[in-house]
Amino acid sequence: MDARRESERVNKHVTVERTSDRELVVTRTINGPARLVFEAWTRPELFKRWWVPKSLGMSLKAIEMDVRVGGKYRLNFGDGMDFFGKYLEVTPPSRLVWTNEEAGENGQITTVTFEEKGGRTLLVMHELYPSKEALDAAGTGAAEAMGETFQQLDELLLTLDSSGL
Amino acid sequence: MVQYYSTRFDASFAALSDPTRRGVLEQLARGDASITELADKFHLTLTGMKKHVGVLEDAGLVTTEKIGRVRNCRLGLQQLEAEAAWIERIRQLWAARFDELDRVVEELKRKEKIDGRKKRK
Repeated sequence: MDARRESERVNKHVTVERTSDRELVVTRTINGPARLVFEAWTRPELFKRWWVPKSLGMSLKAIEMDVRVGGKYRLNFGDGMDFFGKYLEVTPPSRLVWTNEEAGENGQITTVTFEEKGGRTLLVMHELYPSKEALDAAGTGAAEAMGETFQQLDELLLTLDSSGL
Repeated sequence: MVQYYSTRFDASFAALSDPTRRGVLEQLARGDASITELADKFHLTLTGMKKHVGVLEDAGLVTTEKIGRVRNCRLGLQQLEAEAAWIERIRQLWAARFDELDRVVEELKRKEKIDGRKKRK
């Protein structure tokens, strides 16, 4: 029972900070050791479960992950929508670095570090974009991934905007 | 700043998660309306509409004012600023992913425990 109460106390807050024009940092604490979080990040059958959660309303058609330095990954959502790149650094269970090449030269480099403390893991995801404009566009990308909720919000914002308030 | 926005946005997003409430906001964007008018428009009881308006009011998206016996509703002055909305979009995406990652890691932990017990036998 104590263990359960303990796990409920884990702060599940996600922080998002734009640390510069070209950099974005996202953090979250996961209630588990780094080696398991790393495993969930590097085994395709586990990775696809959380990277594309049901709540996103997207469905993954195929996934390939060759998790080693220089190894490639590809996530296929059908209709020619692919996310792909390669791993630049693979250091279990503490660090992963990969490229995002679907946007060509506008792609970011993503670095994730896993810091274990008392059975919990602080996840720090750092993304470096080649330009301010590319990072600006990431908000739109996230909106697309979030699907309907954000489309509705965007429409609403437009309505509110045009109401002149 | 991020923390401040996320608290504010949690309320906004909860308020926006409901189709009726989104409809109410769109309606109010066209012009002020009373609770009675909104209830008629959306085929709801007065009590039902009062609840929806209350949620929107708590989120700062709507303000109300009682004029005589009529409660008039209008769009709140609080705007969803572009930058904060941008951050919030990204936060929502990652929050959804990490909630699921929690489940995957919990499962791995349970499996490890069971495997550990088997090994000891």
